[in-house]
Amino acid sequence: MFDGLSTRLEGISTRLRGKGRISQADLDEALTDIRNALLEADVELSVARRFCDGIRLRVSTESLSKSLTPGQQVIKAVHEELVGVLGGESLKISYASRPPTVILMAGLQGAGKTTASAKLALWWKQQGRNPILVGADLQRPAAVEQLRILGAQAGVTVFSEPTNPVAAAKAGLKEAQRLGKDICIIDTAGRLTIDADLMDEIKSISKGTDPHYTFLVIDAMIGQDAVATAKAFHETLALDAVILSKLDGDARGGAALSVKGVVGKPIAFASTGERLEDFDLFHPDRMADRILGMGDVMSLIEQAERTMDHDEVAKGAARLMSGQFTLDDFLGQLRQVKKMGSLGGLMKLMPGMSKEMRQAAGQIDDGEVSKVEAIVSSMTGAERDDVNLMDGSRRSRVARGSGTSIQDVNTLLKQFKEMQKMMKGMASGNMPNLPGMPNMGGLSGRAARKMATQGAGAGGPDFDMLSQLMGDSGELPAFPGLPGLPAAGPVRPVVGGNKGTKKKKKGGRVTPPKGR
Amino acid sequence: MTAVLIAIGVVVVLAVVLLLVLRSRRAPGAPTAVEPAPKQAVIAVEEAPPQPEVEAATYKGRLGSVRGLFSGAVTALRGGRIDAATWDSLEEALIRADVGVSTTAALLAELKGRVESKEIASGDDLLGALGHSIRQLLAVSDSRELRFDGEAGRPDVWLVVGVNGVGKTTTIGKLARQQSAAGRSVLLAAGDTFRAAAADQLGMWAERSNVDIVRGAEGGDPSAIVFDAVQRAAARGNDLVLADTAGRLHNKVNLVEELKKIRRVADRDPGNVTEVLLVLDATTGQNALAQAKQFTEAVTVTGIVLTKLDGTAKGGIVIAVQRELGLPVKLVGLGEGPDDLVAFDADEFVDALLG
Repeated sequence: MFDGLSTRLEGISTRLRGKGRISQADLDEALTDIRNALLEADVELSVARRFCDGIRLRVSTESLSKSLTPGQQVIKAVHEELVGVLGGESLKISYASRPPTVILMAGLQGAGKTTASAKLALWWKQQGRNPILVGADLQRPAAVEQLRILGAQAGVTVFSEPTNPVAAAKAGLKEAQRLGKDICIIDTAGRLTIDADLMDEIKSISKGTDPHYTFLVIDAMIGQDAVATAKAFHETLALDAVILSKLDGDARGGAALSVKGVVGKPIAFASTGERLEDFDLFHPDRMADRILGMGDVMSLIEQAERTMDHDEVAKGAARLMSGQFTLDDFLGQLRQVKKMGSLGGLMKLMPGMSKEMRQAAGQIDDGEVSKVEAIVSSMTGAERDDVNLMDGSRRSRVARGSGTSIQDVNTLLKQFKEMQKMMKGMASGNMPNLPGMPNMGGLSGRAARKMATQGAGAGGPDFDMLSQLMGDSGELPAFPGLPGLPAAGPVRPVVGGNKGTKKKKKGGRVTPPKGR
Repeated sequence: MTAVLIAIGVVVVLAVVLLLVLRSRRAPGAPTAVEPAPKQAVIAVEEAPPQPEVEAATYKGRLGSVRGLFSGAVTALRGGRIDAATWDSLEEALIRADVGVSTTAALLAELKGRVESKEIASGDDLLGALGHSIRQLLAVSDSRELRFDGEAGRPDVWLVVGVNGVGKTTTIGKLARQQSAAGRSVLLAAGDTFRAAAADQLGMWAERSNVDIVRGAEGGDPSAIVFDAVQRAAARGNDLVLADTAGRLHNKVNLVEELKKIRRVADRDPGNVTEVLLVLDATTGQNALAQAKQFTEAVTVTGIVLTKLDGTAKGGIVIAVQRELGLPVKLVGLGEGPDDLVAFDADEFVDALLG
């Protein structure tokens, strides 16, 4: 996503390298490039223009900064402008004093409303709330059925009745009150903004249920029409926030900028994968980092925090660090990771990933994980403890038992052994370079600091203990810049150079993080 | 303490993920035959509320009523002179129609040359020339007709593919109705086994158009369903199998592999794949190019279905798609009624575009 923009920015930076200051001509050229990149990313024309004006202003007013090269200056301006446009006011959800808090979902056909509704319900459930889904899409054949199935997957009650959308929504609200639910999410039919009847209908639903929040679901792949769509819905319904769907595609997601720029309402959530878990708060600053190709560790950490079993992880990690990592531990960790969402999605959040690695990440088959799980599960306890036990006949038994081939088993064992070697190296503190991962560093100072403050807030950072765990050397050479390892390795200079002075933003936060 | 745990957690995640990445890099493209069917993994939401009214969509009427796309530029051009502002407004209009930066630049560069050489002098001429250029970009050598061989005992298979939420299932529903009205014996294959209730949605269309449908278990292998459908069509003498597929993002390699397999299986005797239709949503921006490229590489797309053109979206991206990939637009979705899926007409499209 936004690859075009980061590539072009690199180009601009290269071109400006060696120049003492930016001439007007240089700036014009750079801005044309940026504008075209934005347009190719489907940012709406007027928004793109305003964006470029903003950059021009930033660059010219900050022309006195001597510590930055002109290229860095432009990139810094782009970054700040991105955060500025994407961020700003974030959505704060205040829950209704008399539950339920009612959420109305609106959008074009095929934007992903039904899926987003279910994901939102699951997200709230994970926050400890008690949501209900109300199906008011009585138009698309089987839409309610789809909601029911998704609701069942998320473990959330679904209500609908085949009357009419307004009545169904109202009845859903009553049902929510009866069941004592605290969040009521109403899924509506997709509609074209020019269809007056349907727009009236959703208005009546809105009037009939008096939602506390109205969310617009927008497809990340949408083009210039994003603005017209968002405007029309905003005029009819007074939107509170936007949910960006299908962000896992390779669309650059310019819609994010367009909608924010025109409607001025925050993007509250983003849907980043096919699984119900692949859904999270939208963080403007992280998105800006991502746009500039900087990875997104904070999201990764939060996802881990939410889904992983801390004891299990700690146990596994301790064994990992002691160099006695068995297949059993591996299986446990694998299952934890699996809970976090699709592996490809996780990989994309890693900082410092090269383009090539990102592509590889897109190809990770979650089915592959199940296969690995099956193979390990087919082994006996002794075999799991000592991989060297695995002779030919054991291997063929495991292959048969897990429904895989001997080659699969061989590959897994071979790679596990390599991994074990790697882990031993890590435990002893001198880890060789990881193959295929040239640059794992690159966590911004901001994230690292956030980790540090978080640790402190949680009653003592205990980094000493961490370094003990990590081995005597107290650092992980291959993972420079990992959160919570302030002393570890060189932190890659962040684009813009002076991230350290950047104000920390908690954009997009809707609720305080779950208590630890 | 939490921070420490999380830090450790991340290390472990890194390690595990790393291993998997290395795995997947070292064993690229393992044979699909031995692999368990790739776990389907896309959630789609598709539009489709059909309305009972059966009135043929008038292409221009539908488009014209909501366009006004070029109106600003066009009014300025009519009878006017050509100056810098003209080019700006034309560029703006094209970009706002999702035609894309490079296609717009190419179109305008050609026209600028002709204006400089005094070939084009008035605004009206310029407008005419622009229309002509776009029409040329949209021209196709082969027909926009949907190919139907109709060999006895070899059912034609039309495969419908696309990303999530573009309207694949709805398109199939409408096609089923039109094709069976045209006297062909149609069989539907509910190949979307991933999206919850997708088969139910198609089932309702089948009922409505009174055609048969082959469906399988949710989460099942879509290739198997398409295979069954082809076998059954051959046995029962159906002429045409319309195969639905789950929406998938074109950058998910495994899902694209699955699609390739569906096509292979559908093309196996007695099946005869004569159309692979890529459904594009008219609201889609520049990403449609990437979609068209990837799907064409994977399953040799034979034509585009441009849906949801009755909204405010202009669908200018098909100009870019046809320019860069030569994929003809065959059908256009102009509304929610079953008969609002009509043949694409480049002249009308351009006329409507240029107001």
